[in-house]
Amino acid sequence: MSRRVLIHARINEEDVEFLCEPRQSLLEVLRETLGLTGTKEGCSNGNCGACNVILDGVLVNSCLVLAVEIENKSVTTIEGIASPAGLHPLQQAFLAHTALQCGVCTPGFIVAAKALLDHNPHPTEPEVRRWLSGNLCRCTGYDKIVRAVLAVAGVPRPDISESHAPARDQGAA
Amino acid sequence: MSDKEYKVIGTRPLRQDGTDKVTGRALFGADIHLTGMLYGAVLRSPHAHARVLAVDTSAAEALPGVKAVVTAADLPTGVGGFTGTGEGLVNVRYEAENILAHTRVLYHGHAVAAVAATSPHIAEEALRSIRVSYEVLPPVLDVRRAMEPDAPVLLDELRTDEMGRQGDRPSNIASHIQHSRGDIEQGFKEATVIVEQEFTTATVHQGYIEPQTATALYSANNQVTMWCSTQGTFGVRDQVSEVLQIPVSRIRVIPMEIGGGFGGKNRVYLEPLAVLLSRKSGYRPVKMTMRRTEVLAATGPASGSYIRVKMGADRDGRITAVQALLAYEAGAFPGSSVGSGAGAMFAPYRIGNLLIDGYDVVVNKPQAAAYRAPGGTNAAFASETVIDELCEKLGMDPLAFRQLNGVQEGDRRPDGPVYGRIGYLETVAAARAHPHYSAPLPSPNHGRGVASSFWYNYGGKSSASASVNSDGTISLVIGSVDLSGTRTTIAMQLAETLGISVADVRSLVADTDSVGWTEGTYGSRTTFATGWAAYKLGESLKREFTQRAAQLWEVEPEKVRFADGVFSTDGEHLTLKELAARLDETGGAIMATATVEAEGYGPGFAVHIVDVEVDPETGKVQILRYTALQDVGRAVHPDYVEGQIQGGVAQGVGWALSEGYVYDEAGHLLNTTFLDYRIPTCLDLPMIETVLLEVPDPAHPYGVRGVGEAPIIAPPAAIANAIYRSVGVRMTTLPMSPPRILEAIWAQKPG
Repeated sequence: MSRRVLIHARINEEDVEFLCEPRQSLLEVLRETLGLTGTKEGCSNGNCGACNVILDGVLVNSCLVLAVEIENKSVTTIEGIASPAGLHPLQQAFLAHTALQCGVCTPGFIVAAKALLDHNPHPTEPEVRRWLSGNLCRCTGYDKIVRAVLAVAGVPRPDISESHAPARDQGAA
Repeated sequence: MSDKEYKVIGTRPLRQDGTDKVTGRALFGADIHLTGMLYGAVLRSPHAHARVLAVDTSAAEALPGVKAVVTAADLPTGVGGFTGTGEGLVNVRYEAENILAHTRVLYHGHAVAAVAATSPHIAEEALRSIRVSYEVLPPVLDVRRAMEPDAPVLLDELRTDEMGRQGDRPSNIASHIQHSRGDIEQGFKEATVIVEQEFTTATVHQGYIEPQTATALYSANNQVTMWCSTQGTFGVRDQVSEVLQIPVSRIRVIPMEIGGGFGGKNRVYLEPLAVLLSRKSGYRPVKMTMRRTEVLAATGPASGSYIRVKMGADRDGRITAVQALLAYEAGAFPGSSVGSGAGAMFAPYRIGNLLIDGYDVVVNKPQAAAYRAPGGTNAAFASETVIDELCEKLGMDPLAFRQLNGVQEGDRRPDGPVYGRIGYLETVAAARAHPHYSAPLPSPNHGRGVASSFWYNYGGKSSASASVNSDGTISLVIGSVDLSGTRTTIAMQLAETLGISVADVRSLVADTDSVGWTEGTYGSRTTFATGWAAYKLGESLKREFTQRAAQLWEVEPEKVRFADGVFSTDGEHLTLKELAARLDETGGAIMATATVEAEGYGPGFAVHIVDVEVDPETGKVQILRYTALQDVGRAVHPDYVEGQIQGGVAQGVGWALSEGYVYDEAGHLLNTTFLDYRIPTCLDLPMIETVLLEVPDPAHPYGVRGVGEAPIIAPPAAIANAIYRSVGVRMTTLPMSPPRILEAIWAQKPG
């Protein structure tokens, strides 16, 4: 077993210290050492985006970052997106637009979308699609995910037509 | 199309598990961490076909940190019979051989040994120190080659089941089925136009984003607990019980959240290994998670296939005869989806004369598993493309052809059953009237195609229970794993029955000790069948509440009426909540249980319209516009129904254009990452418009029909038909990748 290294970092606005082996990915340490299992493993080779985190303001696949590389750096994971005041607008929009089915890719999409909106608050639909093309979803066909992100960006999307007018739960209170 | 008014059904409440899933709190299979937990890993065959001469695990066992190693020698011998995985019965002996190869490896990636160690890295190191001697055998990868008499035989004892008769010599053809009706020779004589075509489709994968994962604890008192990401907890329990010969009463399966399944998470792979390793390591919990490479190399691909179709029609466009041959890859062990493919193939059409032959064929590929409408997509790619060509020769609008030949109530399906109330013709009419169908196409390289989908759907067995809380809310316990929001759609049906808000029903997906036996989440059955169980719970609870109200009012229960969530009798009324607050004074808690074996499930039909642009320089196909119209029975939660359709279309687009296993001649799978097994990204798709037609299933209390499977079926054929109208080439091979399209264009215009 290789010798373990002490790492100091800031994760979700908290100072964190942990021991890790040099060969361990940030993804593995987040999930198995720090208990931050919201960051998901889909492929471990940078193709699916389920493990997206924001590292010093840059969107990365945490499976392609070694844990030792985050020394003195700042990481935001899905667990750090909401605030004590409540869900982030992206999280609310994913719920309101039913932008998830199984939900395993959802943390990656929300982290990726946040990184986009942090840099470009009003992206166009092609910009959203280009940015999110590093995140794979197998359930939704991306339609409702793209709509959720555009809704938070305040971009109206002229539609071909809506098959159903939105309705509300009108059950007894 | 339904005149019934509902208060909850048809609305769009937020899903109950949504907040946990957008905040990262939801615990999926691999998110579990237990005290003293070990990490398991699997050694897999580097060969497509070989005899296993010896497995030496001594070096692995000696490695510090390694706590257990298992091989096929650790599996019970002599297992047999069949057990249900969900989609189809599983031969237990073959399943055991798939979990760990006994004397022969049958595909690249076939499991040979497994280890458990204190870290995943040590487990990986241990795998590298296991020595396996192989005698490499010639593989057979092509389904037609595998059917030839001189092909290498995979399973020495396999004899062809020839429509019930047993063959007399070893063969890779596990079974031959046939559907036949009328007189096809006469039918083809009556045809003015005949089209005959051959098709091949690649082996594809379900492509769920969450890899297979399983955690097991074998306790010193011989109790087994498993934490699984599975479509069916009871399926896992029953398969592990059969393969390891442990009574079901000693196995408890706890469902974790599941990150996609699409048919691929019914069968067990890791679960029995985790149990064996846990026992052998001295009763420590063992977590096993596949890497993506293993998921693609060793879990449920969908059958690749070879299909031949001949179809004739008279000058008015009426189908006179159909003949088809379907040969589907089963992978290493029998059990492809040819049966459901052959039955579904021409199901949208009235056909008097037909002959369909289906062959289930073993090849040196991973054992095929169900994939969303198993077998239907391959078959429809062939049949719906031939129909398009037939329409072209007849000079007939493809949707007019479908209106002329389309099935309705009373017509007979190719595989026998007579249709009840179905909505196919309504769907075709809606497609023909849709603005997309008549919208102008801007450039010569743009083309529009249509195709139809049929899927059987399913009902099956579900259990549920409910208890009433003193604040009038209901705790609903179900055995159906939630892949897409079914906690909510089932709760909605209970809320509708009780006349309360869905916010007052909380669903819990329970483990196998806490709810009755329930089939897995497959076959588009969950909202239909478990929703039906929820309706029955609601009726039971109403009867209980009626008793309580009668007791309070000192009247006969028959004098108590119920409407809109309010119980009343002359001059008295109590809401369900008010009654719930008085349970303590009327005899205590109210609970109900319900089990269903849901019959009367109705099939779903869809028509898809797609516009593509083909770049004649590169062969690249871009989807410009997509409209999917489907009879959904009753859209319990329209957002989820739309999502099911959009997701199914996306998978169909991937199957059509980019997905497919690539093997070298030795049978090595070459594309085992998402970089080169390419599922659609959001750049590959436009917004997907859905049109929900509601022709309620009269058998179901709320008219529900299954929705999830039909949407994957039409896309490859619709896209092939659109490609033809764009660049004039008929594509007969999936995927319709840029090189294949370029080759077809070049072949059409030499030089």
